[in-house]
This record gives sequence, structure tokens and C-alpha cells, in this order.
Amino acid sequence: MRFSPTPEQQQLGDMVQRFFAEQYRFEARRKILDSREGWSKEIWSKLAELGLLSLQVPEQQGGIAPAVVETLLTATATGMAMLLEPWVSSAIIATVLIRELGSAQQREEMLAPMAAGERIAVPAHFERAARYDLRHVATSARRHGSAWQVTGRKSVVLHAPAADLLLVSARTSDPADQTAGISLFAVPREGPGVALSRYRTLDGMYAADVDLVDAPGTLIGAEGTAFAAIATAFDQGLAVRCAEAVGALQATLDATVEYTKTRQQFGVPIASFQALQHRMADMLIHVEQARSMSYLAAMRAAESSGRDRRRALAAAKVVVGNACRFVGQQAVQLHGGMGVTDEIAVSHLFRRLTALEMALGDTAHHLEQFVAASAEAEGT
Amino acid sequence: MDLNFTSDELAFRDEVRSFIEANIPAETRHKVLEGLEVSRDDTIRWQQILHRRGWGGPNWPKEFGGTGWDAVRQYIFEEESAAAGTPRLLPFGLKMVGPVIMRFGNAAQQKRFLPRILSGEDWWAQGYSEPGAGSDLASLKTRAERKDGHYVVNGQKTWITLAQHANWIFCLVRTDPAVKKQAGISFLLIDMKSPGVTVRPITLLDGSQEVNEVWFEDVQVPVGNLVGDENGGWTYAKFLLGHERTNIAGVGVSKRELARLKRIASEERKDGKPLMADPGFAAQVAQVEVELMALEITNLRVLAAEAERRAPGPEASLLKIKGTEIQQSISELMMHAAGPRALPSRRGATGDVPSFGPAYAAPLAATYLNLRKTSIYGGSNEIQKNIIAQTILGL
Repeated sequence: MRFSPTPEQQQLGDMVQRFFAEQYRFEARRKILDSREGWSKEIWSKLAELGLLSLQVPEQQGGIAPAVVETLLTATATGMAMLLEPWVSSAIIATVLIRELGSAQQREEMLAPMAAGERIAVPAHFERAARYDLRHVATSARRHGSAWQVTGRKSVVLHAPAADLLLVSARTSDPADQTAGISLFAVPREGPGVALSRYRTLDGMYAADVDLVDAPGTLIGAEGTAFAAIATAFDQGLAVRCAEAVGALQATLDATVEYTKTRQQFGVPIASFQALQHRMADMLIHVEQARSMSYLAAMRAAESSGRDRRRALAAAKVVVGNACRFVGQQAVQLHGGMGVTDEIAVSHLFRRLTALEMALGDTAHHLEQFVAASAEAEGT
Repeated sequence: MDLNFTSDELAFRDEVRSFIEANIPAETRHKVLEGLEVSRDDTIRWQQILHRRGWGGPNWPKEFGGTGWDAVRQYIFEEESAAAGTPRLLPFGLKMVGPVIMRFGNAAQQKRFLPRILSGEDWWAQGYSEPGAGSDLASLKTRAERKDGHYVVNGQKTWITLAQHANWIFCLVRTDPAVKKQAGISFLLIDMKSPGVTVRPITLLDGSQEVNEVWFEDVQVPVGNLVGDENGGWTYAKFLLGHERTNIAGVGVSKRELARLKRIASEERKDGKPLMADPGFAAQVAQVEVELMALEITNLRVLAAEAERRAPGPEASLLKIKGTEIQQSISELMMHAAGPRALPSRRGATGDVPSFGPAYAAPLAATYLNLRKTSIYGGSNEIQKNIIAQTILGL
């Protein structure tokens, strides 16, 4: 049992934090946020140079997967910085999907340019009727000779407007709600039959609903067997979101401590009031409990499979989700009127925490998942 | 970073597990697992069994007769003990006065007192709180005046856990009333059989007599029983409180109690189905369980940090708050799981009542009531939040 990273891992973590501290301050980030694209190609290239896009790429394709601790430390740093670029979508979830499913040739062709920052792929999996259920896929694909065409609608596809490739899940057999019969297709975002309705999410990220009508796609891996890899990739994504949330939580607590020490009322800093001190102590407990679960999530997502992984990740998301809600809401409260303005970091952090609480399943969803996985574990 | 135990640690766990399995008296174990009252003899017998194995001081260094286990092994030992249903080792000797004597006591005190803690011959009590000194402990008034090679002690201590069983008590006493309140306190070891010591039990809300008032009237204590320097007691007290808090998370016990909660909720029926299958109830149990999973890792993180820095840091406050909240939640859910069957309480204030329901239901209400103490003792949870605010957050 060991909690401290190796010196090499720590070095990488420090480097990433330094990079964001220098190049991703609030005002710099704000410019990116207000830009038309909502993300920065320049930052993306730098992330590639730092090697942060190849953490989940296998060695054969020049990456360092599984890189559990490096991924955890990087995710926490991106959370502190409130990174707008599609790191989780492309460098984590899409990369794991291709790594787990793709043929040797597909891995070679797709992963190298992604790691180099030349190409962005994002998963397009969830649908309107699915809520957070990974198994629900109504989008379908049909074969015409050796070519496939995909038809359906994918909902709230994060970073879709930034993507070159959409990794679209679709049924190639069997009715909905079965894990069998799901396949994965690489569909060019600008290809025929693909239409995006672009919008911003509550935290300022770009996303889109994606309409596919007989859109030509390339089958990734074998037909009908994509579900296990989809579950693995989204569990990896969940672990990374947990670590990202811990970074955002820490930044939120730090900002609140700093603000209450500075803000004077009744002739004293408001941090001297016990009601506020105890609230911040409660916030710290939430942050540390969430941090512990981000470690568990990172380890279990990489180590185990099936039920144990599901159970641990669901538990992690519940603890992290509760922390996001409590810490975010209380941070706004303790900032008083300033907390509800767009001008300072805390409202941006609050919106980010709110989005993270809902990302890949909210607290209620994962509590249910945890109950189901526990019952299964105890029944056997 | 690796959250798994090493193969050596796993082998150690197996060794502990099989020793406990082979040596725990069945009757004692039954009492612990069912939440029944554990007697003085149960506790002492278990201490003696461990002592014979060389495990009487799981948290002590070898030079004082302890096991010399590192923090991880101590943790594994506590986990296994809790899971198996052993009685709780008495913290007053092993975790409180013992470490203080090792660190601040003289050689004679170490030789005289430490072996008797390991062997179970001495039962220590903790004499800290007073009617006017609870959270504000430093304002304590019990006086110790030095006269002819003795301290003469006068005053009243309260909330003394299991003092009715104790033959020794360590006390914080005021030796200098003229200086700043923290600067005039000393740490004294007092023989409970000394003339002038009176123990008066306090009946608690669950009907138990777990705590007592202890009165001191012109009690003569040899100056040789002073630990460390006169008026240096506050430093030793803070050292002790830090140690007391390290294991207060109670993860092992909470895991065992959570398993009991699930058993009870599986026995109980709602609409003809197990209560555990009710989504609302299951969600409440799950909420506590995920918190406990997180606390377990937080606890290990604190242990790992401690291994590098020696003394427990302010993070212990976090463990105390979260650990006690979880203990209380589990006991509350257990009582609610039994529903109306929790009302005929076994240990009511008017004495024992016969069981009207399943055996497991009878002690649940008493346990719920009893555990309200956990967020009050050992530095109330509000005091712990003050510590977090001041020491960790720098407010």
C-alpha cells in the first residue's frame, strides 16, 4: 500500500500544474471560453507536446498506457484549471475505445494522429431516452456490401463541434436494452448524413446533438461486440471525471478560504466567524473524502473488471457527486453577492462542479448502480 | 500508488485472523457481535490472551514490550479484531497513558506501569473533564498542592468511562492557579484505592452506567507519580489527544456493524419482501456504505502520512468527525430496520425487559442512544471543526 507517486510521476504532475498555472490563468481561460470555438488549438498542441494526449495510448503506438497515476494527476490538474479542451473526450474515452476495439491497423492509423494532437475523436454514445444508461442504444447501422451506414440521434455529445471523428455506437442486431448487438463506428463529423445542432452546456463547453441519416461509417473492431469496450472506456472516463472533480473541488475550497480571509465585514475578516469556519471544515471533509474515492476509482478502473469495477466506480461517483454539490453551493454562498456574478472564478467553478456532478451519471443514478452491484455481489 | 496490501501484509492478516479465530472465547464474541454488554472479565481475559501471544501492545514499540508493528499492521490487526468480534482493547492504558509514560515518563514509571498495562493487571481511567471544563478543558479546577513529598488533590472529575472497573486514573490537575490557564496544569497518576477517592456512577440515556463522577478529597499522591515536569501537563494532554484520535475513525467496527445492519434488514419484511430490497431503504444503507469506503481510504492515507511524519496531524480531526457520523448513522438505520420491534428495549432505564421480538432487535435502541456520545467525546465534533479551520485551513 502506497499513496505517494514515484518521483517521475510527481515530476509529470508538477509539470502539468505549472503549465496550467502559467498558461491557463482565469483571464487567459476566459479568452478561450469567449472565442467562437470555445477551445484553443494552441493549448491542444501544447498538451500533445507535453505527452498528455498519449497517456492512454498503448506502447506500440508510442504511448504509455495504462499510466494510472499519471492520468490521475493530470486529470486533477485539468480540474483545477477548468480545462475547456476535449482532453477527457478524445485523449481518454475515445482513445480507450479505439485501443480496446480497433484492429492493429486501426489503432496505428487513428491513435498516432490523436496523440500528436492532429486529430480529435469524441464518443457519440448517449441518446435522449437513455438518460445515463450505457446499454440503451437505439441508433442503428446497416451494411451495404462492405460499407456501413448509421442512422439515429445522439444527445449532448460533448465537444462534438471540435471533433474530426465521432465514435458512434449503433445496433447491428438485437432489440434495445441488450448489451449484445452493439457496434462502434468512426463517422467523420463533416461527412455526408451528419448534422450537428451546436450549443454550449451550463459550464460553457461546446456540445451538440448529432443527427445521423445513412451516414457512412467505418466499423471499429468486430460487429456486435462493442459493449464491453464501451463500458471499459466510460468507466475509465468516470474515474478521470472523479479526479478532475477533485481538482475543481480543491480550487473551489482554496478560493473560498482566500475570499473569506480578505472580505471584511463588521470590521473583521468574515473568516473569523465560526459559522463560516465550520462550513469550510465541512467542505474540506467533502474534498478529502472525494480525493480518497478518486484514488479508488483510478485503481479499480485499471485493475478490475465487471462487477467489482462497477461497484467501486459507482461508489466513487456518489461520494464525488455529493462533494461537488455541497462544496459548489457553499462556495457560492460564502462568496455572498460576488458568488453569483460571472466575474470571478467561483461561479465558473460552481458551474463546472454542477456539470461534473451530472457527467456520466448523477448521484442518484450511481447510488442505484451501487445498490444493484452490491446486491449482485452479495447474492453470489 | 497502490491501494493493495503487500504479500507480507496479507500473510500477516491471515496469521492474525487464524489466531483470533482459534482463541476468542465464544461467549465474548457472541456479546460483541450482537451488541450486548461486554463485561470487565471479557475485556481483561482477551487482553491476557493477546499478551500471552506477545500481542498485548499492538500499538507499542518493542522496547516497551509492544509488537513494534508499523501503522499498516496495527491497522490490519484492528480491522481483523473488529471483524471477528473481539472486545475493544482498553484505550485508556494502551493508547492514552501508555504512550504518554513512554514519551514523557521517567524510567521508574515506565518499569512500574507499562508491563501492568500489557498484562491486564491495571485498568486505567482517564480523568480529564470536569463539570466546568468540557470543551474548554484547560479551565479545569481540580487542585494539586505539593506538601511533604506528596500532592494533595481536591476536586471533581466527570464523564470517567468505566471508572468503576479501574484501579488507576491519570488526571490533569491544576498545580499553579496564578499563571495562564494552560501553563499551570500537571499530569498525575493516581491510585484509585487512595483514601479520599469516591466513584459515583452516572446513569445514561440508554440505562447503562458506563461513565462516572470521581471525587477527590484531600487525596495524597506521591510526587513520584507526576509525569514529566510540573506545569507541563498541557503539552502531554495534547500529545495524548492526538493519539486518541488516530483510531477513532472506527472503520473496522463500522464495517462489522454495517454487515449486521444488512443482515437485520434482510430478515425484516416489508410488503412480504426483505426490507433490504426496498429501494428507499437500500439507498439509505448505500449512502452510508460509500461514505465508509471513502473513510477507509482516507484513514489509510492519514496512516501513510503519519508513517512519514511520526505524530498524528490535524487530519485526525477529519477521521473523528466522519467516523462518528458513520457509526451513528449505522446504529440509527439498524434501529429503524427493526421498526416497532426496536421499541421493547433490552437495556431500558427500568431494568431488563424480556424480548418481544427477534433477539437481534432488543439491543438496537440502546445502541442507538448510547452512540450519541461519540460525536461529543474525545473533543466534540464542533471542536474538531475548529481544529480543521485553524490548523488545516489557516482561518
